[in-house]
Amino acid sequence: MTNSISDSSDFKQNPNKKAYAKQNMWTGILFGLGIVAFIDEVVFHQLLHWHHFYDKSTTDIGLVSDGLFHAFSFIATIGASFLLADLHRRHAFWLKRWVGGILLGAGVFQLYDGIIQHKWMGLHQIRYGVDILPYDLVWNILAALMILIGAILIQQTNHKKEG
Amino acid sequence: MHTHEQYSAATLQIFLAIPFILLFVIYILAVVLSNRKKKTWPGYRMVAWSFGILCALLSLVGPIADLSHTDFSAHMIGHVLLGMLAPLLLALGAPVTLLLRTIRIPTARKLTKILRNSRPLHLVQHPVVASILNIGGLWVLYTTDLFLMMHENMLLYVIIHAHIFLAGYVFTISIIYVDVTPFRKSYLYRTVVFVLALAGHSVLSKYIYGNPPTGVPSDQAELGSMIMYYGGDTVEVGLLIILFYQWYKKSRPTFNNGKEGFAISNNKKFTVAGTDIEEVKRLNANAGMSYREINEWFAKQQSKADPLTKKT
Repeated sequence: MTNSISDSSDFKQNPNKKAYAKQNMWTGILFGLGIVAFIDEVVFHQLLHWHHFYDKSTTDIGLVSDGLFHAFSFIATIGASFLLADLHRRHAFWLKRWVGGILLGAGVFQLYDGIIQHKWMGLHQIRYGVDILPYDLVWNILAALMILIGAILIQQTNHKKEG
Repeated sequence: MHTHEQYSAATLQIFLAIPFILLFVIYILAVVLSNRKKKTWPGYRMVAWSFGILCALLSLVGPIADLSHTDFSAHMIGHVLLGMLAPLLLALGAPVTLLLRTIRIPTARKLTKILRNSRPLHLVQHPVVASILNIGGLWVLYTTDLFLMMHENMLLYVIIHAHIFLAGYVFTISIIYVDVTPFRKSYLYRTVVFVLALAGHSVLSKYIYGNPPTGVPSDQAELGSMIMYYGGDTVEVGLLIILFYQWYKKSRPTFNNGKEGFAISNNKKFTVAGTDIEEVKRLNANAGMSYREINEWFAKQQSKADPLTKKT
C-alpha cells in the first residue's frame, strides 16, 4: 500500500481505483457510445442536415437496428453519468482507464454505424449529393484509430493492475 | 347532424374526464384526512399528482382532444401526454401508499395482503408483460385499421384511450418503484427491458413516418412521428433519471474497514431499526478519526521519518 502511494499521485486521491477497474472501463465504454450517438444526432442530423430523420430506402432491419441503438445509446449516456458519480464517491475514479473506455466505446459504435448500418443495412449515408468515398474513409479510419488508442490505454491500465 | 356529432363529442370528453377529476378529489381528500393523524404528506407528491391529472385532462378534454379527431400530430401530442407523461407524474404521486395510510389499519393490512397475493397484479406488473401491453398495444393501434375504426366507434375510442393510459401507468410502475411494489425485479433487469421497450417505441415512431396509419395524410404522419419519437425520448429521460437515481442512492458505499476503504458489503448485519452493527463497531473502535484522517496521519508520520520526502 505504501508503495502504491508513492508510485502514483492520483492513487492517494483514489485509493480504490484498482478494485473498480472494470467499472471504470465500462463507464467509459457506455459514455463513448452515447457521445458518438449524440454527435451523430445533433451535429450531422439536426445542425448540418447531412442526413435525415427517415430515409425511404431504409430496410426494416435497418430501422430496428437504428431504434435499438438510439434507445441503448441515450440510456447508456445517462447510466454512465451515474456510474461515474458512483466511482467518484467511492474514490475509485481512474482517468486513464475511463478515457480508454470512452475511445473504445466511441470507436466501436462509429465503426458499426459506418460499416454495418450505413453500408450493409443501407440505413442512410453520411451525406447526400456528394462523392461519399472520402466521407466514409474519414469516418471509418477515425473509428479504427479510436478503437486502437482505446485498446492501448485499456491494455496499459490492465498491466498496472497486476503489478 | 353536425350539432348532434358535436354534442356526442362533448359528452364523450366529459365522460372520459370524470374518472380523472374524481381521482384528483379523492387524492386531495386523502391527503387532508391522513395529515391529521400522520406525518405531513410530501408536497412534491401532491404537485406531481396534480400535474399528472392535468396532463391527462389536457389530452382528453378541450382543444387537443378536439383537434386529434382530424389531425394526427394533435393526436400524438395527446398520446405522449396521456400514455407517457401523465402516468409518470401520477406514479410519482404514490397513490397506493397514500391510500394505505389513509384507511383504517386493519383494512390497510387486508389490502396489503390482497396486493401481495394478487396474481393478476403480479403478472401485469412484470416489466416484460407491461412493456408488451404498452408498446405492443401501440403497434396494433397504428399498424392496423384499428386507428381508423377508433374514430368511428365511440366505445372503441373509450376502450383504446383507457388502455393507452393504463398500459402507460403499468409500464411506469414496472420500471420505477416509487409506490408500494410487492413484486420486484433487479435494476439491471428493468434497465434491459426498458432499452427494448424504448427501442420498440422509437422503431414504431419512425415506421409511422414511412407508413402512415389508414386515413392519415403523409405530412401529418411525418410530424406526428417526430412528436412521438422526440416526445417519447423526453419523458423517458425523466423516467430513466429516477430509475438510476434510485440505484445510486441504494448502492451508496458504506464505510467498511481499514483495509479496503470504501467498499460495498452485501452481507451486513442490520438491527430491526436499520442500524448497521458492523458500522457502529467500527466507529467505536476508531472513535475520533475517520479512515481518511488515519491514512493522512500515517502519511505524515512517514514523511517525517523520511527526510527525502519531507523536502519535496
